Amino acid sequence: MGNEKEALKAGIEQGTYKWVGTRPIRPDGADKVTGRAAFGADLDLPGMVTGTVLRSPHAHARIRSIDTSAARALPGVLAVVTGADFPELPNEVAAGGEAPINFRHISENVIARAKVLYDGHAVAAVAATSAEIAAEALSRIKVDYEVLPHVIDVLDAMREDAPVLHEGLITNGVEPAPTKASNIAGRVEFAMGDVAQGFAEAEIIIERSYTTAAVHQGYIEPHACVASVTADGAATIWCSSQGQFMVREFCSKVLSMDIGNIRVTPAEIGGGFGGKTTVYLEPLAVALAQRSGRPVHMVMTRSEVFRASGPTSGTHVHIKLGAKRDGSFVAGEMELKYQAGAFPGSPAFLGGMTGFSCYEIPHAKAVCWDVVSNRPKCAAYRAPGAPMASFGVESAIDELAQQLNMDPLELRLKNAAKTGTRTIYGPKFLEIGYAETLQAAKAHPHWSAPLGPNQGRGIASGFWFNIGGQSSAAVHVNENGSVSVVTGNPDIGGSRASMAIMAAEVLGMDLDQVKPVIGDTGQIAYSFLTGGSRVTFATGMAVVQAAENVVEQLRQRAAKLWKIDVEHVIWRDGAAHCTKADEAARAPLSLAEIAHQAGRTGGPISGGVSINAAGAGPGFGTHICDVEVDPETGGVKVLRYTAIQDVGRAIHPSYVEGQLQGGAVQGIGWALNEEYVYDAKGRLQNAGFLDYRMPVCSDLPMIDTVLVEVPNPAHPYGVRGVGEVPIVPPLAAVANAVSRAAGLRMTDLPLSPPRLLAAIDGAKAAG
Amino acid sequence: MATVILQAAFARRYTDGQTQLDCAASNYAALVTALEARFPGFSRSLDSGMAVAIDGEIYQTPLLEPIGPDSEVHFLPLIGGG
Repeated sequence: MGNEKEALKAGIEQGTYKWVGTRPIRPDGADKVTGRAAFGADLDLPGMVTGTVLRSPHAHARIRSIDTSAARALPGVLAVVTGADFPELPNEVAAGGEAPINFRHISENVIARAKVLYDGHAVAAVAATSAEIAAEALSRIKVDYEVLPHVIDVLDAMREDAPVLHEGLITNGVEPAPTKASNIAGRVEFAMGDVAQGFAEAEIIIERSYTTAAVHQGYIEPHACVASVTADGAATIWCSSQGQFMVREFCSKVLSMDIGNIRVTPAEIGGGFGGKTTVYLEPLAVALAQRSGRPVHMVMTRSEVFRASGPTSGTHVHIKLGAKRDGSFVAGEMELKYQAGAFPGSPAFLGGMTGFSCYEIPHAKAVCWDVVSNRPKCAAYRAPGAPMASFGVESAIDELAQQLNMDPLELRLKNAAKTGTRTIYGPKFLEIGYAETLQAAKAHPHWSAPLGPNQGRGIASGFWFNIGGQSSAAVHVNENGSVSVVTGNPDIGGSRASMAIMAAEVLGMDLDQVKPVIGDTGQIAYSFLTGGSRVTFATGMAVVQAAENVVEQLRQRAAKLWKIDVEHVIWRDGAAHCTKADEAARAPLSLAEIAHQAGRTGGPISGGVSINAAGAGPGFGTHICDVEVDPETGGVKVLRYTAIQDVGRAIHPSYVEGQLQGGAVQGIGWALNEEYVYDAKGRLQNAGFLDYRMPVCSDLPMIDTVLVEVPNPAHPYGVRGVGEVPIVPPLAAVANAVSRAAGLRMTDLPLSPPRLLAAIDGAKAAG
Repeated sequence: MATVILQAAFARRYTDGQTQLDCAASNYAALVTALEARFPGFSRSLDSGMAVAIDGEIYQTPLLEPIGPDSEVHFLPLIGGG
């Protein structure tokens, strides 16, 4: 095996792959285009009933009482639950999965207790024999609210006289600790060098404030699940999520159930983008199933998705950037104020860690504020926290380039982080490929293409750490020599294809003989959720190791059949070859032949591996955007867009390109149109896709992509995560393009027509 | 001796403001034990989950990751993702 492993790695280093880097048809494609794929809402069990949720019409109110008697009396109603039916959990932050989690907050977000904290907050849930009866039951639940003053905006929420959401919330990270509760949940600071000295050395300083709106991940499939509970208390949940093990753990905590009594089967997922890394319906469905004795089916409406599931934070970002006249950055400072929604936990600290990380800045500081307000609790969204901070930094760099009369790409290249650059959060970068993305942008014809009247070109870059973590994989050899690859991560971005490709590469077999399967929590060992751009890296590493384990077994089985020592057997091109000098003429034994005789040589052949992967290589991207601004309407048309990214090694390039395109499009929507609109009472006014304006195909040009491959040495095939980075640059790439087209620096997103027109008209009026 | 570098805010809270420490330890667990001995309460800062970077490599759930005599060690928040 040793020789084979070395040969494999040598082949990898030379890029001589059979499958890695190819573009086979996706394994889930046929089911999806023919409508056969089973999503969260598609399961139908005998006796299944409908679960629905009563939601708060108020942004902030105390619940004086809930009377469910009339609903319970309605024929066809089988169960009603309120917050009183759920255990009270300690108010403490605990390690959960791979991030600190306050499960009391998770529980109180699933269903309100003493107060409702946002329009759409769940108050009660009903299980009934039909959707109509369930709806009628909801209308019969009487909730006595004491409506309280509310606060929506992050800066308003930080004011001393703001209505306080949580009476016991004392700001964490401030010394000495405040004695009075506020909406400021936490302060985190990162710094390196001496910022005051840096700015003293600066010859030019750009300083501005920027804002971004709260935006939703916009997955097409709403949250949906089915829960069934047996008479002996064992629960089974089928749901669409980014992690079946996450759902199991969170439900276990919220319901105080033994984790071994919960089994979660991942359904096909219609988009997640981070928004399905927590639970909303699942604990309610289990509680209703426990009480009704029937399987309970729950699906959010689109309005519920917007009102009650997590968008990412709206933000206020202040940036100060100092440089020498030659363009060398000398100091950077940012203050980030992020909406967390109704419970603490915004990604402000991640904005602070990422905002300056594309650049070598000797003196830098980031102060990050986590602020609660009467909005739905924010959830992860691709590269959580990074796009907003990056929008400010990359806008400031563009303005600096204009003031220095420098090419904005050359300015970035001059200051680009490279291997050995120290980050604001401490460690130095290992092997990275940021400068390579800038060089690729410079060489791309897009960068030098001419522009017309009212047109502008923007460029911006972005960074994301990428993570590894705990992953499991099993490779089973079937009787005919085909192979099943079982992993524990829902496929939200093409991971099944990548898993199959990596297994086929190691085994040297035909790809169409490899079937990737996503196991439920009873079928595969623990795997951290699908997020952080970790699956192709970490779970892929587990697959490679499991396949290598199988290759070792195949060599041993061949040795047994040939009655020779295993050291005389090598594995090549999907078959065992004998290297023994006097028996080298033996015909190779194929995988199918060995599998067919597995019973005679020791039984089934299977390899399982569980790992905690380290070494996720950081990712960098650079985007170029051309727009045309209509000065009469303020409308913006994206004319051309190119996304360039260091992807390490693209296992399936089409999927990687799709990640870049998808991230770019979501970022364009964030920049141009998307926002949560609240009325004076704190009620969401645009909880639907007609009024919450996401980009559609007719709004966009084809998104061109360039895959830069600087392999990650920690992965057997050089993989870096790719899903997060592409949503980081677009906000500034678009805003920089619009600013140059309009001749105005635009600092507040979205750049919707009314906002841009007002800025254009204002500039005209000012002369 | 490995060099431990801490963010100033973290250091104010747990290491009397010292942002750079020399520490002899062969792995992460031994390092935390040594820092706890010098700064009682230090390990509490890690209870709810902190990542560590050793020579540029980030470990989200560390225990026995080796530390060399010239290693540079940083503590940082856990990193998730979408």
